[in-house]
Amino acid sequence: MSEPLLHLVPRAEAQQSMKDFKSDQEVRWCPGCGDYAVLAAVQGFMPELGLAKENIVFVSGIGCSSRFPYYMNTYGMHSIHGRAPAIATGLATSRRDLSVWVVTGDGDALSIGGNHLIHALRRNVNLKILLFNNRIYGLTKGQYSPTSEVGKITKSTPMGSLDSPFNPVSLALGAEASFVARTVDSDRKHLTEVLRQAADHNGTALVEIYQNCNIFNDGAFEVLKDKDQAKEAVIRLEHGQPIRFGAENEKGVVRDPATGDLQVVTVTPENESRILIHDAHATTPTTAFALSRLADPDTLHQTPIGVFRSVERPVYDTLMADQLETALEQHGKGDLSQLLTGNDTWTVVG
Amino acid sequence: MTSQVSSEAGEALLGEQRSAPAKPHHGTEKEVRRLDRVIIRFAGDSGDGMQLTGDRFTSETASFGNDLSTLPNFPAEIRAPAGTLPGVSSFQLHFADHDILTPGDAPNVLVAMNPAALKANIGDVPRGGEIIVNTDEFAKRAMAKVGYATSPLEDGSLDGYRVHPVPLTTLTVEALKEFGLSRKEAERSKNMFALGLLSWMYHRPTEGTETFLRQKFAKKPQIAEANVAAFRAGWNFGETTEDFAVSYEVAPATRAFPTGTYRNISGNLALSYGLVAASRQADLPLYLGSYPITPASDILHELSKHKNFGVRTFQAEDEIAGIGAALGAAFGGALGVTTTSGPGVALKSETIGLAVSLELPLLIVDIQRGGPSTGLPTKTEQADLLQAMYGRNGEAPVPIVAPKTPADCFDAAIEAARIALTYRTPVFLLSDGYLANGSEPWRIPDVDELPDLRTRFATGPNHELADGTEVFWPYKRDPETLARPWAVPGTPGLEHRIGGIEKQDGTGNISYDPANHEFMVRTRQAKVDGIDVPDIEVDDPDGARTLVLGWGSTYGPITAAVRRIRRENGHIAQAHLRHLNPFPGNLGEVLKRYEKVVVPEMNLGQLATLVRAKYLVDARSHTQVNGMPFKAEQLAAALKEAIDE
Repeated sequence: MSEPLLHLVPRAEAQQSMKDFKSDQEVRWCPGCGDYAVLAAVQGFMPELGLAKENIVFVSGIGCSSRFPYYMNTYGMHSIHGRAPAIATGLATSRRDLSVWVVTGDGDALSIGGNHLIHALRRNVNLKILLFNNRIYGLTKGQYSPTSEVGKITKSTPMGSLDSPFNPVSLALGAEASFVARTVDSDRKHLTEVLRQAADHNGTALVEIYQNCNIFNDGAFEVLKDKDQAKEAVIRLEHGQPIRFGAENEKGVVRDPATGDLQVVTVTPENESRILIHDAHATTPTTAFALSRLADPDTLHQTPIGVFRSVERPVYDTLMADQLETALEQHGKGDLSQLLTGNDTWTVVG
Repeated sequence: MTSQVSSEAGEALLGEQRSAPAKPHHGTEKEVRRLDRVIIRFAGDSGDGMQLTGDRFTSETASFGNDLSTLPNFPAEIRAPAGTLPGVSSFQLHFADHDILTPGDAPNVLVAMNPAALKANIGDVPRGGEIIVNTDEFAKRAMAKVGYATSPLEDGSLDGYRVHPVPLTTLTVEALKEFGLSRKEAERSKNMFALGLLSWMYHRPTEGTETFLRQKFAKKPQIAEANVAAFRAGWNFGETTEDFAVSYEVAPATRAFPTGTYRNISGNLALSYGLVAASRQADLPLYLGSYPITPASDILHELSKHKNFGVRTFQAEDEIAGIGAALGAAFGGALGVTTTSGPGVALKSETIGLAVSLELPLLIVDIQRGGPSTGLPTKTEQADLLQAMYGRNGEAPVPIVAPKTPADCFDAAIEAARIALTYRTPVFLLSDGYLANGSEPWRIPDVDELPDLRTRFATGPNHELADGTEVFWPYKRDPETLARPWAVPGTPGLEHRIGGIEKQDGTGNISYDPANHEFMVRTRQAKVDGIDVPDIEVDDPDGARTLVLGWGSTYGPITAAVRRIRRENGHIAQAHLRHLNPFPGNLGEVLKRYEKVVVPEMNLGQLATLVRAKYLVDARSHTQVNGMPFKAEQLAAALKEAIDE
């Protein structure tokens, strides 16, 4: 393990409480919105992180979730649609003493801002990206989003949407992400644990948060939240643990030796030893990707939640800072006069 | 000094150099003539190394102490099909013993490395001009490729010129036969042979080129020495062959320059140095977010070399991310810069609007090129003025600064940074392809005399509430500049949120209040309108009735045209804008002093539109959009027509 980059961020001098992270602004999401739960979880987690709050910055794009920074009593920027990862990249790479968080939504991050997201991930900039996925456009009042299921009937698709959705976890893994996790707005404990691991990660951490839009896409994740259904639908990933789920924990994930793909089986004494042990630190993203494909995009059955992948990889900000240091070592501190003069001059005397 | 041509007269006569009587030259019996100025154009295939040849001749000329101005002209394709007209690349250099302003209208000497280069450039050479042709390339097929049915070297079509047929390729290969190179490898050095020949013709110093070649090919000493040998062979060829009976001296331009130490510099290099200097003078780290685009990429290349100045360069995934990163860095307290050209500005527009709303310092460097769309990537134009001025949604005023010469890009960059930092605003720096790639001598400034750009970050509360509580208001303005405080993350107690939604005056909280929006829109405009910019100076020695008003890179051609007119006893006043938003406070008064105002621009009249709208003057446009700078002679004719009308 390399030095945790969090150590570059000054610590809070005094014990913090959740209240310290609430700004004086009235929260204006619709009553019942899943965003409230995420906000509370983040505000509740921050004191545990224990960083000086003036060294924390939340940067967002456009959309319902992107109002998030206004409600955090930290530094914050509510930017423009899709561009938060780019703006946060400039901030994080120039100020390594800051803990920089990006708050974005499925439209913001995966549609208009898709390019910035994948490039932030491949560079492994030290950003924590919270992607609120409600599978709908909320702020523009209910059009389908890049994560909506095919055939979605919305205002802009009265006969059903035509395009296949993105799976944000698959996308992130394909974009060389070093940390990818999924959690659910209503599961405070799980959400907090994922935030904890994301905050500790060196480099870009992408956290997909399934978030309910109770106005335009209510119940989109009900199958994962309803106690009985969830037992069949949710696969909880825990590093080092066998991947098992079901009401009686009777199901498990095994690798098909013929194709290398993953499949769900009913666990028997014969196949129990073949049940996959989750390894979030696996060098290759292959198994993490296969896990991300288990979920049915329509019904969300067999949806893994938790940390899919968490690996150490060179961090862009660190590499950039290292190059500056190397340049200093090699050439000494820049001398402007010498730079302007160059090697080829002539003198005019009066 | 045998040449006593005054600088005013210097550009008056197109293609007519003044020469002094012959005198013997040491070590040779050949005739040496003194000239006051020369315009040389090197032209060849894109792969012939003409830009390098031009650069080297320029360096030799700069170190000799002539005034000079250059015009590289090359296709957008990296290697266009060999031997074709679109594949021709050229480099024009004007050098003189006096102060000059442009790369010159027409070459006195054309070096044509192949039939395409001859065909593409012959039209610009006045009758009587010298043409050096590489006869080896004039094979039937190569000539047919560009439409020569008969050889122009033999059919009499070049009778009006002084043609020097030189088998450049053969001579080069011959000169390098002991190097054990393949013919193809040896042929590559023919540009150095040509450079050597021209260096002999114009008495250029040669040490610089030899040192350069040895450094450039440090890892291939054999190639380095072959190039040096070709270069020397070219020189010796000039000295020995009878075809070149005369060589020329152009004395250093000692009287044209104030005392000081000089170097040759291109616009993009000067601009890069200006950014590094601004960062040092502001005591803020420089952060460049950029995406490669012609003709701005050189600034990214240059700045990426200066990490030991604390310069961070970020090559982003696209134009939008480039400016986004720069803006993010500015939020963190850096001097944020993005560099681009017109198409990139279009993509960055939304982020520029955000920067207007956030009121953070940010430099947007636009090296303008021919448009619309991809347009002419390697050619120059000034057609982004209105884009810079108005190309955003909503009322989003952005100050605009424009350099006027390659070397002036240094000062213009510092001035743009001053405005950005003082007023907490994005600022456009509008250069163009002509300035970017052109070069001229630059008096190296004393760094201790550069302006102090230091600015203060907010450190504590700036407002007292009614109940006596001290708070920080991110949009409480400096009453003088209307700038808001710059409170950077890491400052305890000043945690605040900013964004693109309309903000309440003072607190910066989201506000949809109609009266507040009206106030904020007008305040942002007032802040930009109130920027302190120097008055425009008018050069009007004769009490003229006609004023020529320019901006940006047209300074050289306009000034050269004005000199021509005055030399013929015409009366014309000249003024040149560095600040296009806001305009200098006295501009309206200046314009109203003149019966006629002529505005030459490399667009369809964008500045003219602005001054007509703002000052209700009947400004007339003189425009050109052929991708090239104005020619002084044509411009003088147009101005004269306006004067005489």
